[in-house]
Amino acid sequence: MNNKLAWLYMVPAALFLGVFLIYPTFSTIALSFFGPRSVEFVGLANYRSVLTSSAVLSALRNNLLWLAIMPTATVALGLVLAAILDRVRYEAIVKAIVFLPMSISFVGASVIWKFVYAYRPASRPQIGLLNAILARLGFEPIGWLAVRPWVNNLALITVGIWVWTGFCVVILSAAYKGVPRELVEAARIDGASEFQIFWHVILPHMRGTIAITFTTMVIYVLKIFDIVYVMTNGAFDTEVLASRMIKEMFGYWNYGSAAAIATLLLLLVIPFLTISMLRFLREER
Amino acid sequence: MKRAFVSRAILHGIILLVALFWFLPTAGLLITSFRPAYLTSVSGWWTAFEHPFELSQFTLKNYREVLEQGSMVRAFVNSLIIAIPSVILVLAVAAPAAYALAWTDLPGRKFMYCLVVGLIIVPLQMTFIPVLKLFNALGLSGTFPALWLAHTGYGLPFAIYLLHNFFASIPKDLIESASIDGASHSTIMLKMVIPLSLPALASLCIFQFLWVWNDLLVALIYAGGFRNVAPITLQVANLVGSRGQEWHLLTAAAFISMSLPLACFLAFQRAFVRGILAGSLKG
Amino acid sequence: MTKDKILLKLVYALLAWVSLVSGAQATPRDSVTVMTLWGGKELEAFEGILDAFEKRTEVAVRVESAGRDLSILLMARLEAGNPPDLAVIPNPGQMRELARRGHLIPLDFLEPRGYPKAFIESAQFCGRQYGLFLSADAKSLVWYRPRLFKEGGYEIPRSWSDMVALSKRMATEGKTPWSIGLESGAASGWPGTDWIEDIFLRLHGPDAYDRWVEHEISWQNPLVKEAWETFGQILFNEDYVFGGIMGCLSINFADAALELFTEPPGCLMHRQGTFMQSFIRGNYPLLAPGRDYNVFPLPSIKGGGPAPLVASGDLISAFRDTREVRDLLSYLASPEAQSMWAKAAGKLALHVDVPISAYSDPISAKAAELLTTAEVVKFDASDMMPAVVGSGAFWTGILDYASGMKLDDVLARIENAAQRAYKGGQVLR
Repeated sequence: MNNKLAWLYMVPAALFLGVFLIYPTFSTIALSFFGPRSVEFVGLANYRSVLTSSAVLSALRNNLLWLAIMPTATVALGLVLAAILDRVRYEAIVKAIVFLPMSISFVGASVIWKFVYAYRPASRPQIGLLNAILARLGFEPIGWLAVRPWVNNLALITVGIWVWTGFCVVILSAAYKGVPRELVEAARIDGASEFQIFWHVILPHMRGTIAITFTTMVIYVLKIFDIVYVMTNGAFDTEVLASRMIKEMFGYWNYGSAAAIATLLLLLVIPFLTISMLRFLREER
Repeated sequence: MKRAFVSRAILHGIILLVALFWFLPTAGLLITSFRPAYLTSVSGWWTAFEHPFELSQFTLKNYREVLEQGSMVRAFVNSLIIAIPSVILVLAVAAPAAYALAWTDLPGRKFMYCLVVGLIIVPLQMTFIPVLKLFNALGLSGTFPALWLAHTGYGLPFAIYLLHNFFASIPKDLIESASIDGASHSTIMLKMVIPLSLPALASLCIFQFLWVWNDLLVALIYAGGFRNVAPITLQVANLVGSRGQEWHLLTAAAFISMSLPLACFLAFQRAFVRGILAGSLKG
Repeated sequence: MTKDKILLKLVYALLAWVSLVSGAQATPRDSVTVMTLWGGKELEAFEGILDAFEKRTEVAVRVESAGRDLSILLMARLEAGNPPDLAVIPNPGQMRELARRGHLIPLDFLEPRGYPKAFIESAQFCGRQYGLFLSADAKSLVWYRPRLFKEGGYEIPRSWSDMVALSKRMATEGKTPWSIGLESGAASGWPGTDWIEDIFLRLHGPDAYDRWVEHEISWQNPLVKEAWETFGQILFNEDYVFGGIMGCLSINFADAALELFTEPPGCLMHRQGTFMQSFIRGNYPLLAPGRDYNVFPLPSIKGGGPAPLVASGDLISAFRDTREVRDLLSYLASPEAQSMWAKAAGKLALHVDVPISAYSDPISAKAAELLTTAEVVKFDASDMMPAVVGSGAFWTGILDYASGMKLDDVLARIENAAQRAYKGGQVLR
């Protein structure tokens, strides 16, 4: 087997990865130690100002909020849906409906949900679905994207859940169906309830897949940008690190602090990188 | 019997609620896109169902206005121009690399593969400033090639990961017997491995196409200043930013931008799903 | 290997072809490109002026409408080394930053005659002029409907306390005096900054105002706090504002303005700049300015004299120094162009030779007169501050305040951002 040829096969990929991913990562880390126009060296000044900036800190807080809620919600929903859909004949249709939002861009999803969250004062007829339901039930309408800090961030996170649950359902459903029938039957014969079967027999069998799905969701959530950028652009305290970085870069023309924020994002992501790397290496062995 | 019936009923009820939650928002947008502007700002789209057959409350004007604005049509075409070469390029670069990592004796390939998979996690934000400077220095900013190259670069880690999974699962004996028969790597790759992995390649195609078509961020950074190459996601995002006076256009524009991926999805659902599964399940 | 090679060759050919095609966007030599953030009617009006220029000079002008992302677009083009020849700059703060980085050409060849001092100074950096104001927008105005005032027996308030008393009276009669809309997408919060600026100027006078803009006064200074609290007296009173505080936070500023005209009206008074006329004309074209709707100046708080005026304007700067660019700028500074702009776009011309009769409606005429006769005219403060504060922390501060955050915390946050902005080399003069 010819090794020279093998190198050739790798070269284009190596070039692309080097130019677009590897070199820029190091370069950005370096830029974070320079000034707004990348001319003068400022040491840790960018980090100091970024970590004491209340705007960045609340972006960080929001990222953590997204992190705490979205992966858990999507995976849990995915599991539950995988289990209950397995019991009906029209499973495929419902799966397709839940999965559909994945094909729409986040921009499209944001537009869709902007109309769901639309607000009109109580004296006017409601045009947003949620506020219309509230009004029908006799409540005052709520500015879903304005009330902070829980309501609007949760409203945005809901859009994320709406888009990504389909992904989890697909994967978890396949894993669910991969649990050997005999195990389930044996437990049923032993008199276990459906819930017990689910918890003690099925879930452990799916553990690997659940872990992978969860990690994938975590990685995507940390990078969340589109939903926030399109729906509120960070106004009303909904900023996340990714959108803040863009603001620093293009809105305030400060490359140094933008790079610092990006590096911060990378640091957040590294633990998960390590976990999946370790798991990956373990499996390859 | 009764308990079973009740629990079945509850099951169907829950599923119905779930289906509604996932379906209604999109349906709402679709219906709104057919309503005239003044109606949209005074009543919710569900009121259309009070008189479902009164066709005068619906209109095609929103779509007509959007399509008449050359910028939207141009943006749609731009999205195509950006997406298709990105898909071809990613395939052309990832396939040989995945093959080399799977079936050659390349030294250090375990490490290299590990690195590639690790790169999936790098946030794109880490790359924008240096790559933008690079594009500027090369005079590539605001050109289609810049976007093709960027999307290929960003899409490679996942592409290599996906293809490697498939390639590696081809039985070793097949490969070995072929090489014993004197076939070189290129022959094995082109005549055996790739044809056997067509489902994986198809999935990758769909994935990359959807990802690039739906992308907003990469386009914003590398093409944001140049209207003539802006894809449709950027165009729609700008409409959202407008004051709300043009929301009737926004609904139609959003639907037009979604039409292609939706059609793709409905037609190629299986391939798409398979792609996801291959990337996440073992074997 | 042949199939692979052929495929690769095809790809290269495709790449080469498209890069040739898309790269060929070079503008012919004797033409000028202008990047604007206008759309709709304003864009049409601007194109009208450019048409007149083209007829005169045979220089072609290409307009690029960049919309809300103008800063981003401009930045990207500057970094790429091919900026437009001219661009409308969203505010003087950004113009200063561009000048500081050496991107702008000085406009000493222009002599804007009769511009209010505020408009000359804010287009300067280090004593030289880097921007030209095309038009002005008078902000300290309150819009109302004369018929409703007559029916209710309301008088135009001559002082702030009269205005608050009027609001109280309207509220007790079961009507809503004000509507304030703070929502504006990414820019949410800016309408509140206009209120604060007007109030600050009226409470503390032009010198303190200048010191506030230059950050010689901290945001946590009691002067600043007093201005916010005065705003809060109206903002937080559920009876005074349409939709209550939730409404203020969620209603788009343009929708809030139009509440004057609903039946029954959502509000009776609305504080907004002259550009509001374009919304009214767009949604209610049959209403006559002056008769069906009118403005009165936002009254002063202290003393009985005429109220000061806060104004802003459309600023244009140049990135390339060519004869065509200079010609276009000189034309845009001329009374002829400015009257066209004023008439078509409902804005206020700045050139002293543009007569009041150039305005086609009484409201613009009134505002123009205020602009020229007011004793104190100040430029919009948030437009003058560095972007991190003026288009960032100040806006979000308004939203924080309206959402119930304690004022001390709100101001501390803004001060925090200001420390970064004013220190990090953002030179203001």
